[in-house]
Amino acid sequence: MMSYILRRIAYAIPILIGVNVITFVLFFVVNTPDDMARMQLGAKHVSEAAIEKWKEERGYDKPILWNSEVGSTDKITDTIFFQNSVKLFLFDFGRSDSGRDISYDISKRMWPSLSITVPSLILGLMAYITFGLILAFFRGSYIDVSGVILCVAMMSISGLFYIIGGQFLIGKVLHLVPISGYDTGLNAIKFTILPVIIGLVGGVGASTRWYRTIFLEEMGKDYVRTAKAKGLSETIVLYRHVLMNGLIPILTGVVVILPSLFIGSLVVESFFAIPGLGSYTIDAINSQDFAIVRSMVFLGSVLYIIGLILTDISYTLVDPRVRLN
Amino acid sequence: MPVIFITDAFIFLLLFMVLGFAFYASKHEHLSSPWKDVARRPIAISAAIILSVYVLIGLLDSLHFHPKLEDNKSSETIYSTEILSVLDIVLNDLRTNTERTYSSPLASYAFAKEMIDQPDGKQIRDYPRLKYGGAHLDDPESQASDDITKRIVFGFMVGILISVLMFTLIVSIISKKSKSTFKSTLNKCIQNDLEIPWYAMFITTSIIIITISCIYNLAQHYHVFGTDKVGQDVLYQSLKSVRTGLVIGTLTTLVMLPFAIMMGLMAGYFRGWIDDVIQYLYTTLNSIPGVLLIAASILLLQVYISNNEADFTSLEERADLRLLFLCIILGITSWTGLCRLLRAEALKLREVDYVQAAQAFGVGNLSIMLRYLLPNVMHIVMISIVLDFSGLVLAEAVLSYVGVGVDPSMYSWGNMINSARLEIARDPVVWWSLAAAFIFMFILVLAANLFSDAVRDAFDPRLRGEV
Repeated sequence: MMSYILRRIAYAIPILIGVNVITFVLFFVVNTPDDMARMQLGAKHVSEAAIEKWKEERGYDKPILWNSEVGSTDKITDTIFFQNSVKLFLFDFGRSDSGRDISYDISKRMWPSLSITVPSLILGLMAYITFGLILAFFRGSYIDVSGVILCVAMMSISGLFYIIGGQFLIGKVLHLVPISGYDTGLNAIKFTILPVIIGLVGGVGASTRWYRTIFLEEMGKDYVRTAKAKGLSETIVLYRHVLMNGLIPILTGVVVILPSLFIGSLVVESFFAIPGLGSYTIDAINSQDFAIVRSMVFLGSVLYIIGLILTDISYTLVDPRVRLN
Repeated sequence: MPVIFITDAFIFLLLFMVLGFAFYASKHEHLSSPWKDVARRPIAISAAIILSVYVLIGLLDSLHFHPKLEDNKSSETIYSTEILSVLDIVLNDLRTNTERTYSSPLASYAFAKEMIDQPDGKQIRDYPRLKYGGAHLDDPESQASDDITKRIVFGFMVGILISVLMFTLIVSIISKKSKSTFKSTLNKCIQNDLEIPWYAMFITTSIIIITISCIYNLAQHYHVFGTDKVGQDVLYQSLKSVRTGLVIGTLTTLVMLPFAIMMGLMAGYFRGWIDDVIQYLYTTLNSIPGVLLIAASILLLQVYISNNEADFTSLEERADLRLLFLCIILGITSWTGLCRLLRAEALKLREVDYVQAAQAFGVGNLSIMLRYLLPNVMHIVMISIVLDFSGLVLAEAVLSYVGVGVDPSMYSWGNMINSARLEIARDPVVWWSLAAAFIFMFILVLAANLFSDAVRDAFDPRLRGEV
């Protein structure tokens, strides 16, 4: 088991290097620091001196890969690639183009993100599994058919509609919770209710339909027939056999997104003005702060790869038939 | 003078490919039978009709040209710098009848109060009349609701009339063909006893015709969905956005398809180091968060465009390039799923007898992949094309909101939502832009979802017969 995990981690390293190279090429080669400086400084007619000063402040005036002007090991380390990309592996994100410490920002901003994503995930799983099970239990009946139609219709509505409609209905018309914003400590709860509810409603169509398919697949299997032949009631078969076995694909599907919960949702956070990592990224995109976008790309990839490894491990934990090799 | 944008060229390439495939498939039973299966499902065929209306609007909007300037005195024709499409000509009234600012749907008065000069020289603060909305009425306050009802009823009647005519025509054609009486065909049709569910098709078409007829009648003198901040008709904006949605939904798949097919088949067929390299490639691309990759690339494109502004002759061309670029980036982030599926399928297929036999006969690798593997994975490709479509249309709206979607000057539902979302805070609420964008998007995506479900059921033999 341990050696498998180590091997998976070792396999993740070249992928991270690949991600790093892609982002480096995108941000420094295709789009040179000069272009960045021009975009940041705004006007089209910036003086060369201003550009040079901007680059120097951020260390973008160094050579890209190879610095021939300085001695020995500095030839490699005193370059843009080493300073900005290699250091990401040590989770040293450096400073943003506007001069803030990115690592500090990330450590502060991940909590608001988590306060939205974790409740959404837990409540969502409970709700969707219940709905999926109900539809599977009443399969073929009018409840099932109308439920599936409702799911397809809800899937077809843009997520933005749920957000804007929810803000309008609950926040503006009914005045139940604040429309947007955030607060420290327990006061934050009243700000998280609306995004969580909207997240749940927005995901109900696709998830319920998917879970229903999973449960239906389990229901068609031999062990269910055996259980029924044994004389077990429909409810016991449903809870003890179908639900338990159906949970395997559902939970392993959830494991892959667990690490990404830190990042939060870009759109939800910026609509509700939640100071999490999602809105951090959006703000960076809008103000064209490449250093932050670069760090978030790397962080996102790391979390995704961790999610993949966790998924593989969780398969073996819940399903002994799967062997690692 | 016609203008061909890059995306226009791709759209017509796609159209010819689809038509060519349809012609080819109609001669080959094994290719056409799953589609016939799709056509036998009432929901699928209704969804297909709705989709084809959207496609028609999109195609009309893809024929661009520089209009002729009429009031020139010299003998040679001078073309305007403006670029219009055939759809603009069809909707000429909607395009040109702009108000000053917001007006609510079917309104005759403006949304906000203004100072109005009275004939006797005084000024009062009141809601001014609109330039076009309800302009034919003397006293909108008392006449407007009657006039609107009258127009809706008239539009409804005309719609019914056209539908009934069409229905009679179709039933008589079927009865001629099947050599039965008109009455028995009609009965069969209503009892849904014919091979193709004409009844469902008829109901869908009638609903579409009646809706169009009502809206057409109203649109002549009113703004059916109101006007936006700069006074442009929202119905016109929504219709112009159809093309953007369709382009994102279809071109993205078209762009990524050759890559995904080639990579997937090669990885599965050759295995070994090629497989390793391709797997590495798609795991790496997959692990970069999609939105961020798109955002980064669009930022880069913006830099490129602002550095090379001289290369673009018009704003439309620039917006079009950005649209194409967005499709390519979306393609790069979405080809991995299909590639993985194809690889798995190719791994299985390479062990199949006929592939082994072909190898033994010395058939080249390339022709094995093209002639033996590709036709056998086409159903996966078909399913993934239609499944991706609705997701991509929805993604466009979100990306435009994030600011990395299509060009802000381009008509798209995402841009409509983005520019209107702050107006929801006004009192009274300006809701019609949002509503129109969401309704148009919802109908398209719902139709696409229903259609893709049917296609998946028809093409995936494993799912056949299941619930």
